[in-house]
Parts: sequence; structure tokens; C-alpha cells
Amino acid sequence: MQKFLCCLAGVTLAMLGIGSADAQNTVKVGLIISYSGQFADTGEQMDHGLELYMKQHGDTVAGKKIELIRKDTGGIAPDIAKRLAQELIVRDHADIIAGFTLTPNAMAAADVSAEAKTFMVDMNAATSVITTKSPYLARTSSTTPQLNYTFGKWVASHGSKTIYTMVSDYGPGIDAEKWFQAGVKESGGEIVGSVRFPVGNPDFSAFIQAAKDKHPDAIYIWIPGGAQPIAVGKALAERGIDPSKTKILGQDALGFESALKGMGDISLGIITVSNYDYNHNSAMNHEFVHAYNDAYHRNPDIFSVGGYDGMHLIYAALQKTGGKTDGSSLIDAAKGMSWESPRGPIMIDPQTRDIVQTVYIRRVEKVGGELRNVEIDKVPNVKDPEHKPQ
Amino acid sequence: MSSQAVAGPHDFLRAQIRWRWSEIAFWLATLLPFVLAPDYLVLASQIAITALFALSLDLILGFSGIVSLGHAAYFGVGAYTAGLISAWGFGDPLLGLVAAAFAAGIFGYLTSFIIARFRHLALIMITLGIALLLQEAANSASWLTGGFDGLQGIHTWPIFGRFDFDLYGYTAYSYSLVALFIVFLVARRLIYSPFGLALRGIRENGQRMPTIGAPTHVHIRTIYTIAAVIAGIAGALLAQTTETVSLEALGFQRSADVLVMLILGGTGRLYGGLIGAIVYMVARDQFSGLNPQYWYFWIGLLLIAVVMLLPNGLLGGLELLARRTQGKP
Amino acid sequence: MPPVFGVLFDGLAYGMLLFLMSVGLSVTLGMMNFVNLAHCSFAMLGGYVTVTLMNAFGWPFLATLPVAFIAAAAASVLLERLFFRRFYNATELSQCLLTIGIVFVSVAAAAYIYGTDEQPVHLPAYLLGSITFMGLDFAIYRIFLIAAAMLITIVLVVAVEATRFGAQVRAAVNNQRMARGLGIDVDSLFAITFALGGGLAGLGGALAIAMVGLDPSFALTYLIYVLIVVSVGGLGSIAGSFAAAIVLGVSDMAGKYYVPALGSILIYLVMMVLLMWRPTGLFGRR
Repeated sequence: MQKFLCCLAGVTLAMLGIGSADAQNTVKVGLIISYSGQFADTGEQMDHGLELYMKQHGDTVAGKKIELIRKDTGGIAPDIAKRLAQELIVRDHADIIAGFTLTPNAMAAADVSAEAKTFMVDMNAATSVITTKSPYLARTSSTTPQLNYTFGKWVASHGSKTIYTMVSDYGPGIDAEKWFQAGVKESGGEIVGSVRFPVGNPDFSAFIQAAKDKHPDAIYIWIPGGAQPIAVGKALAERGIDPSKTKILGQDALGFESALKGMGDISLGIITVSNYDYNHNSAMNHEFVHAYNDAYHRNPDIFSVGGYDGMHLIYAALQKTGGKTDGSSLIDAAKGMSWESPRGPIMIDPQTRDIVQTVYIRRVEKVGGELRNVEIDKVPNVKDPEHKPQ
Repeated sequence: MSSQAVAGPHDFLRAQIRWRWSEIAFWLATLLPFVLAPDYLVLASQIAITALFALSLDLILGFSGIVSLGHAAYFGVGAYTAGLISAWGFGDPLLGLVAAAFAAGIFGYLTSFIIARFRHLALIMITLGIALLLQEAANSASWLTGGFDGLQGIHTWPIFGRFDFDLYGYTAYSYSLVALFIVFLVARRLIYSPFGLALRGIRENGQRMPTIGAPTHVHIRTIYTIAAVIAGIAGALLAQTTETVSLEALGFQRSADVLVMLILGGTGRLYGGLIGAIVYMVARDQFSGLNPQYWYFWIGLLLIAVVMLLPNGLLGGLELLARRTQGKP
Repeated sequence: MPPVFGVLFDGLAYGMLLFLMSVGLSVTLGMMNFVNLAHCSFAMLGGYVTVTLMNAFGWPFLATLPVAFIAAAAASVLLERLFFRRFYNATELSQCLLTIGIVFVSVAAAAYIYGTDEQPVHLPAYLLGSITFMGLDFAIYRIFLIAAAMLITIVLVVAVEATRFGAQVRAAVNNQRMARGLGIDVDSLFAITFALGGGLAGLGGALAIAMVGLDPSFALTYLIYVLIVVSVGGLGSIAGSFAAAIVLGVSDMAGKYYVPALGSILIYLVMMVLLMWRPTGLFGRR
């Protein structure tokens, strides 16, 4: 026992002794992302996006070299996210923290950003309230209310009057349900029924059957990505719901590339709302998708573009401050900044530091033998409806 | 454990309860991070908290033979209690700690009536079921717990109104370490008491203990409640030092991780959970730093290697090594 | 027919999926007292084999199923020979640690090889859609699943009840020491049973992915469900796993349809009630 403890002390020392030298001319960006576990794919796509931006624009900005430090939260773990944020700032002397695929992790790290006055870029987590947690925080993804409130209003004013909603029974799903329903009601639509199903629910036939029994004009389905859209597609096919008659509505995840591939032709006619799709028609997006495919052999998605634009914001803000990295300078530079993204024109709201962007309504159609989201309408300059500036 | 010939049970216990040099060295070593790795104090505080959680599991698993895949239930009750009290405006850490210990203890006492009746696979699955049910309840009660987004508005006041929780983790580690040490002293006293001896009897042969007049069920309920209290304290420490609580505090992952750490360190040795938590969390931190996407692979290999080479965990292997080098059989 | 039959049918199909994935674990756990938490890694392997053969080599879905079985069986024999057999006499906790280590390695390996994204599974047209019978829709793939599971159950029950091999397995489950004494080669029996258990998991995984999808977290996600079925069914009992899978599948599906608020917890509630009623499982002996 005695010997072992001496050993252990030695090992601990050796492991803990590794320090890091600090260079003058680098800007360290600490990435706090779920690289492993259930949400690993989201993290991978985000990382690809931000890495591609650096490949395209060089790793030097305003005379300083950008250095990434990647940290894994392993899934939903605010305690770990907060520790990583502290360690990045205190030990690694990170000047900026960024990433954040999941809301609880973003909220925990935002506390650290506020306390340490460190610039923080939320590249995905979509709960509205996050940006209020730190004055040094900006978001480059979207918010759940931004997409769903807009969508609800659009749906009810485009022919569907009776709508059944079904959402995953947890924070983001409930948030989406609330704002979608609010949008529908505002435009004179009616919610004829609603259900919340368990997170990670593997089989949706019972829920689809219950929705079908109400004979609504449209069924709104909110699910996170992963295996769920495919399971929904299977249930739709089995329950004999034809998306061209009863409209099937959803947020981006229901129209992800992998979801459409998994669902097959049953997905034809599904209408989803999103802030980005790799099929978006612009010269900049074509180039982005092309470069992305060259580098990573797959198409970018909303997480990739969140990372890409997040990196743009960091670069542009650094450019504007001339390389100054303190939180107030960077956030002041970021406020009101607008630029052309692969998804279209976007802006950081000078009051709320949240993203202002075009919201696209898309329908799944077959283009050249492939299932794709085709834009059928768009609403420009949408702000987050939940947190308006006082 | 040393195996000298002793006269009676009280002599046996007295011999065991004496502090060994290695133990003193261990606790002195826990102070080293302050001097040698001040950049790692936040990690150190979370290791201390996890070690406390593992110690609590060791009391029921290592000393009483109750395998639990749902021990996070009590951790989570403690975490949410401390978090809620703080969110309601009473951010005093010691108050939160006491309240969390009470809440987890009450929940542990209530569930211990179920636990004491079962063994083997049924017991494992029932503990798992309790934790999963509680997690779903916390998800549904989002008006209280904040649901998926986590509990908001936690603010921990400075300890004794003086020591504020800093970004570097000085206060967090000091606080967690003191709590770990005090609870450890209590647990150590408990294990080397006649009650602790009776528990080991239950672990070794649960059917025979009643025949020598030991109230098995009462003993199991008692130790289970004590373990729940300690898990609750660990949960409260995490909630207070990080000012966050989410549903993961109650999750299967947390229950499974702590079980893995305890087995890795070695069960039934008091220090097993502590060593397991240190090794697992330091390894995880290093592996995931080097390889954020595939660090699971290396952790998996570490577990396989340890169990292949050291069937009784790290501590068991080291004891063997120590015995061999000292020429004892 | 009233809609309740549709719900029962869906629940039955879901139960069959659970049964296929867990029956192997029940047998190996009951027979060798070996806690194999890596069981769902074999199911995941079967899933990836099917996906690879279909998407990269253009094999028809049905033809991939035997390969999924064989690949998972081969992998489980390999692991049994390399690791598991050294742990038959070790504590359950050591077995847990070993197999959870294997799960971690398999999850990371799957992510490394296949990436973290969801794998597309394209069923052939004749397995898609549904048929309407007496006013209710019955999905063809679910009918196929139920039929496949029934067939496997019959083959298994016949093999265990009516063959010499089966008699040896039963003897070894009941009393390993006595079986050895009677000259049964328990070691090879263990290896064969492991192969069978792993193979069935692989087959179950291959059949499941079309319903539940496939990504590297599969090996961990379904572990809980498999453990629930095995514990409720009773260790080493094929009939028990079958019954438990049906009860759990149907109650889960009915709960979601009629009381969605309880949808997520019903399967755990049912498990706890059944285990409190019969701690050794529905058909368990020990």
C-alpha cells in the first residue's frame, strides 16, 4: 500500500506537471463540443465547418495565429462544460471559447464567459435564453422560437387550418411546440390535438395513429436528429399517411440528408423549416458545399454552417479589433456585424447579440433522382421573437 | 487488509482501525495539487466529488454486496436539493449541504425498504429502475427542475461568507476535499465498527447472518440510507461548485461511470473508489484532451488491461505487489 | 376491428425485436453466469455488416442477414476464446468491467470506421408499406419481424428441447459441475453457445436497424432494454425472454398510445412490478 501510494503520487505529479507555454502572437480558441457519445455527429459536423473556414482563410488574422484547443464534453454535461471553460481560460489561456452543441452545456459555460469577461460564440445551442447569460456571448446558429414561430405563422396562412402537433418531451421540443402553436394561432389556425413523446422513443406508430385519428390538415413533428427521423418515416409509411394529402411538417432535423435517405420516398412532400440546407442556391453556397465535400466527403448541414459562420465571426471581430482579444472589444466588434454566409445574409443583432437571418420553408422533392429540400418560400431578416431588446 | 492472528472481534477491529502510514501519505498527497498543479484544481475538485460518490457506492457494494446501477438517484436528489435551495435565494453552501444530505437520506431510507428485499439481477434492475423513474419525473417536473435545460439561477454564496468560489477552483477543491475527508473519517469509523463487521457478514453469506441473530434487513436499510446521504452530499458539492444541475445528475451514465470507477479501483477497500476516481478521471481528461473523438477507445483498453492483469482492481493489484515485495505470502 | 388490435400488433412486433436482441444474452448469462454487457456490441456489429453489404456491395437485404449472424457469431467466439473464458470463475464485477471496456472500444471503433452519422437502411420494396385487414393497417415489415422471430424461437426451442446438444446445454445451465462430471465437454459447449448467442444478437441488430436506426451509440442505447428483457424473463430461459419481450413490447406500445404522459416510464414501471412479483424473472429458476 505504502509503495503504491508513493508511486501514485509520482504518476499524478508527472501527469499534472505538463504545463503549457504561452505565445504572444497567437489567439487561442477553446472549443467545447460533444465530440463523443450520442451527439458526436453534431460535433463532428460543427468541427468540420469551422476547420474548413480556417483552411480557406488561413490561420492568421490581424497578425495573430489562430490556435484551436478541442475539448470533449461527451454529451449533456454542464458540470464538465463549465470545468472545461474554466480550464481553457485559466490554464490554457484561451482568449475565446466557442462550439456548444447542447443548451445545458452552453448555459454553464456562459457563466464562465460572463465572469472571466471572455468572448464566447455559440455555434449551435438553440434555446433563446442562452444569449442573456453572458454579455460577451454571440450566437451564429438559430433559435428554436426564431424558426418555429415563423413556421407556425407561415403554415396557418398557407392553407392548413387544423394542425396536430407532436414533439419530443424535453426542453427544445417543448420550446418548439410553444412557439409553433403561438405562430399558428396568431395566423388564425387551430391546434386540434397535441402530444409529447419520450426522448429517444424508438417507435412512433402509436403516436402517428393517434394523430391520424384526428384527421388534421397537417401534422407537425418535432424530433431531434439521429435515428428518430427514420423511425418517424417508417411509422408514416406504415400508417398510410400520404404527405401530399395530410401535410407533414417539421423543423430541420426531419429534413436532414440522412433522414431523407433513411425515409426514402415516403419523405416526398414533407415541409420543413430551417436556416440552412446544402441545396440552397447561391454561388457562395455552391463553393462551400464543393469545398466541404472535397475535404470531408459529405455534405455540410446546419451544424457545419453554424461552425463556419462562428469562425467567420471570430475572424471578422479580431480583424476589427486589430487583434485585441478582450471580451468587451470583441463583443463590441461583433455587435451589428453582418455578412454573406452560405445560408444567405446574416447579422448579429446589436442589442441581443443573437443571429438575424432568413428562415427558409422547404418541401422534399425529387431532383435528379435524389430526395432534396427545395425552397418554396422564405422569410428574410427574422429575429428571435422571445428575447426582444428592452 | 492485514491478516494477523487476533484474539477476539474487538481486538480485530482495533487492529484494523489503526492508521497506516500509507493512508497518511495518501491524504497528504491530496494536498499536492495546491502546490504542484494549481491549474488543475477544478478537475481535482470534481475528482474529489466523484471519489466521495464512489466511496458511498463502496459502502453498499464493497461492504454489503448490494450492486446498484442506479446510485445516481441519490446523487441527483442531493444535487437538485442543493441547487433548488440556492435558486430560491438561500445560497449558503453548508445549509445546502445539510439539506441535500437530509433529502437524499429520506429518499434512500424510503427506497431501502424495497432494496433490502432483493438480491442479484433483480436488485440491479430495480436500482436502475428507481433512478430512471426519478430522472423521468425530473424531466416532467420542468417547472421545478428546469427540465432538459437544467436548473437555472443557482448562486453559491462564499463559504462562511469569506471564501468565494473562484475561477481557479481553489475554494472548490478545498471545500470538496474537506467534505471528502470528513465523510471518509465517518465511513472509516463505521466500517471498522461491529456494525461494519456485521455488514461484511451479510456480504459473505446473507442467508446465514439471520441465524446468528443479526437483523440483516435492518442492517442493509441502515447502510443503504447512509450511502444515500453520502451520495446526496456528493451531488450537492457538484451542484454548488459548478452552480449547475441537469438531468444527467440522475442519469444512467453517472451510475454506470461510478460503478466502473469503483471496480477499477477495487471494491471493499474504502480507498478503491478514491483511487478509481482519480485514475479514471485523470485518464479521461488526458485521453480526451489528446483525442476528443475517440478517447473511449483508450479508456476501454485501460479497463480491459486492468481487469486482465489485476482482477481485484488497482488497489487489489497493488496490495498483492506490496505483499510480494515484502516477502509475505 | 377496434384499434386496440393494431396497438397489440405493433407492440408484439416491438417485443419481437427486443426478444431477438436479448435471447442470446439470456442463455449465456443463465448458462455461464457470465455478465456480458458487450452483447449489444454484437448486435451493432450485425447492423453494420448488413449496412455495409447493402450500401457498398449492393447485396439484397435478406441475403445480408445470414452474414450478419455469422460475423457476430465469429466475433463472439473470438472474444470468448481471447477474453471471456478467463473470466468464467471471476467475480461478476470483473466481468462487468471487462465487457464494458469492450463496449467502449467497439463504440469508438465504429465511430472511427463508419463515422458518427446515421447509417441509411433501404429495405426492399416488398417489405415496405402495409396491408389493410379488417379496417386496420398492418405494416409488412412488422409482420416479417414477427414471423422471423417466431421461426427463430421454434428453431431454438426444438434445438434446446429435442437435440443432444440442447440436452447438454440444459444440463450445463442446471448444474455445470455435474455436467462436467458426466463427461460433457462444457468448454466447447460454452464456446458454441456464445457463438449462437452472439450470432442471434447480430441477426437481431440487423433486423432492428431498419426500425430504430444505427449509429455508434447503438451498443450502449439498447443495453438497458436488453437487460430489462433478460431480467424480467429469467436467466437462461428462452420462453421467459419471449414472454417478457412480448409483455414489455405490448405494454410499452399500449402505454404510449393510451397514456402518452407515462410513455417513457411505463417500460420501467412494468419491469419493476414484474421483478418485485417474481425476483427471478417470469420463468427463472434461480
